[in-house]
Amino acid sequence: MTARQITLDTTVNGRALSLSVEPEALLLDVLRERLGLTGSKRSCDVQVCGACTVLLDGLPVSACSVLAYEARGRRVLTIEGLARDERLHPVQEAFLATAGFQCGFCTPGMIMAVKALLDDSPSATPEDVREHLRGNICRCTGYASILAAVAVAQRALADGAAG
Amino acid sequence: MLPPFEIHQPVTAAEAVALRARFGEAGALYAGGSELLLAMKEGLGGFAHLIDVKTIAGLAGLTLAPDGRAVTIGAAVTHRTLERSPLVRERLPLVAEMARQVANARVRAVGTLGGNLCFAEPHSDPPTALLVHGARVALAGASGARRLPLADFLVGPYESALGPDEILTHVDVPLPPARAAGAYLKFGMHERPTVGVAVLLVPDEHRAALAEARVAVGCVGPVATRLPAVESALAGARLADLEAGWPDAARAGEALDAVSDLHGSADYKRAMAGVFVGRALALAARRARS
Repeated sequence: MTARQITLDTTVNGRALSLSVEPEALLLDVLRERLGLTGSKRSCDVQVCGACTVLLDGLPVSACSVLAYEARGRRVLTIEGLARDERLHPVQEAFLATAGFQCGFCTPGMIMAVKALLDDSPSATPEDVREHLRGNICRCTGYASILAAVAVAQRALADGAAG
Repeated sequence: MLPPFEIHQPVTAAEAVALRARFGEAGALYAGGSELLLAMKEGLGGFAHLIDVKTIAGLAGLTLAPDGRAVTIGAAVTHRTLERSPLVRERLPLVAEMARQVANARVRAVGTLGGNLCFAEPHSDPPTALLVHGARVALAGASGARRLPLADFLVGPYESALGPDEILTHVDVPLPPARAAGAYLKFGMHERPTVGVAVLLVPDEHRAALAEARVAVGCVGPVATRLPAVESALAGARLADLEAGWPDAARAGEALDAVSDLHGSADYKRAMAGVFVGRALALAARRARS
């Protein structure tokens, strides 16, 4: 541990961790390079595309532009932390059911963004969903099946699927 | 990748002010990082020290002022909090409407009002909506605290009146007069807005004609600005007429100090400002009548 390094006590996908990181380390790099959690993607690197979306204490953030330092004492949830006991999360199941992806690069960010929205507003209207996902870009332009996946996930969660 | 730096965690405004004085141009105030970190990734700034204002007690406060006439917004309050706060939604609905439209959900979760105002990015939403409320900023510095109107704080692109040994502690937003109704509309084809328009209409007691109109336009020029000539021209206008469409709206942007950039030519922006002033007036007039 060099003099500049800071101790980062955090929880990632339910696991308590204590890491030494540089102050300038970005959350995305710690997740991908240190912890091997490569589901979150780097793409635009300027908080526009959403491919790096993870949840910090339940709120969606761009891991590419948030310092790992901000995760101290907080809970980080990535796409790898969604499934429970080999069972996919209802939002993941919904994306499979509607084929809500093509190349799949934006999918982890999309799913995390949708989870954040539905945790907060289970009965979000189609307008709310579109507005919320304005910040997640799919270069394959598969938006219609992504919106369909959100509707499927909303019904599953309303019917009692464990979110 | 970011260049190396150290992070400092002041717990009082006085400590932050002392760190500002100590580091000078090698230090930067850091809150949500949604502007600063992007600039630093581009190699701008060369800051060796980030001063995290989020560790200062009280900077995330959001309260009704003791006299009940203003809402005091701590500098570290996020756009998301502004968007959702019952106090803001009820007492400053125009501010909540603006906050809901800032960038995207991820930026709103981390970006702060104070950071936004201090960074002074010209293509930004908050200053425009705050100007029609007559907001004032509170600064703490080595030689004491001072307050000044937001209009005087906004100096130019990426330039505010914040002194080298000062920090922004909070923003006081006076409550709109009784019966007032507002609207914030924006337009853009990129992530940042091309034009943002805020309108606050104060109707007479019959909700028929205007007692006062406040209009501000942002993003088109170096800083967001009120349009005093437009406000004067609207004096006494009937709400029903505004709702149907103000004939002079098309010329409302003519006097703007517009800048040609990636978002469009100066002429285009002045024209769009007029279009959105007209739409915002119509929407606010409808809200003021109901």
